[in-house]
Amino acid sequence: MKRPFEQAVTEHGAVVLRVCRAVLGPVDADDAWSETFLSALRAWPDLPDDANVRAWLVTIAHRKALDVARAGTRHAVPVATVPDTRAPRGDHPEEALPDDDLWSALAALPHKQRQCVAYHHVAGLPHAEVARIVGGTPLAARRAAADGIARLRSTYAPHGRVSTHV
Amino acid sequence: MSDKTIQLLTQSADADDERLVALHAALVRRATSETVVDATYRIVDSPVGRLLLAATDSGVVRVAYEVEDHDRVLDALGASIGSRILRGGDRLDDAARELEAYFGGRRHDFDVRLDLRLAHGFRLAVLRHLGEIPYGSTESYGQVAVAAGSPRAVRAVGSACATNPLPILVPCHRVVRSDGTLGGYLGGLPAKERLLELERAA
Repeated sequence: MKRPFEQAVTEHGAVVLRVCRAVLGPVDADDAWSETFLSALRAWPDLPDDANVRAWLVTIAHRKALDVARAGTRHAVPVATVPDTRAPRGDHPEEALPDDDLWSALAALPHKQRQCVAYHHVAGLPHAEVARIVGGTPLAARRAAADGIARLRSTYAPHGRVSTHV
Repeated sequence: MSDKTIQLLTQSADADDERLVALHAALVRRATSETVVDATYRIVDSPVGRLLLAATDSGVVRVAYEVEDHDRVLDALGASIGSRILRGGDRLDDAARELEAYFGGRRHDFDVRLDLRLAHGFRLAVLRHLGEIPYGSTESYGQVAVAAGSPRAVRAVGSACATNPLPILVPCHRVVRSDGTLGGYLGGLPAKERLLELERAA
């Protein structure tokens, strides 16, 4: 028997939001999150009962992130589906997300590394699952995640930002 | 080696919660307007405990007492009408307002639309009749059986009340034993007593 969809939002909403931010940055992440959960809601009754809900949601988020990124390059202004919830970050720096620097550091990674870090380290999916989502072998996914983390350590962690978060 | 970088990737920031609330609200609005949801629900406080209210696009489909176990009620709702269930939205605002007025003694009848899809056959006939028992008065199980068209189905009236998907809105609390004692109630006897008392006082 399928549980009410609300439970999937409660259990995985926060992780999916961080995954979206990791692969898209904070500005486009909201759109990707919304598209992901709307699409997941439609498909929810057809998902097998024993499916890994988190992996399924991350797979949808992966596709939606690609859509949002594509739309973002076509139109200079991203499609705003939740305009009332997005803080005008440039005008109100105090509303900026606390870990902006982390998202910037992630954005500087090569595409594949960024995705593998997001799906393995942020979402907690095994490398085999990550490989299924991004393509390639589990070994390549593992290497991309490891290289990504190594690079993040050198670009992000040394700037003295770490201590403020722990 | 310290793994603060990984830790930072996995830990949620405080500001995330607020953003998630806004995103969730936007999701419910959009899902409701595009009719992707089977039901929405909310939980309201009342003098008879926390009540779960659930609605489809046809009306209020379920009212559940806490003793019924809200999680189990939602699971059962998912199994019977569909699992695309979300919390929140504005569909239940009217029902919540009317219930509040009812508990305040300011309202005797409910105007919200009801979705009776969870009741069938004789039980549905019983529920339809219950709506005709006026505020402040009671009927016996036997009287309801007669009114619902099966004078001998007194026990079936009892089960119809016990499985009423819309207690309070469909006033099964107004059905008592012919000797004047309360009989049973799906929300517990203290709740039944409380509702009858409220209606007597008004």
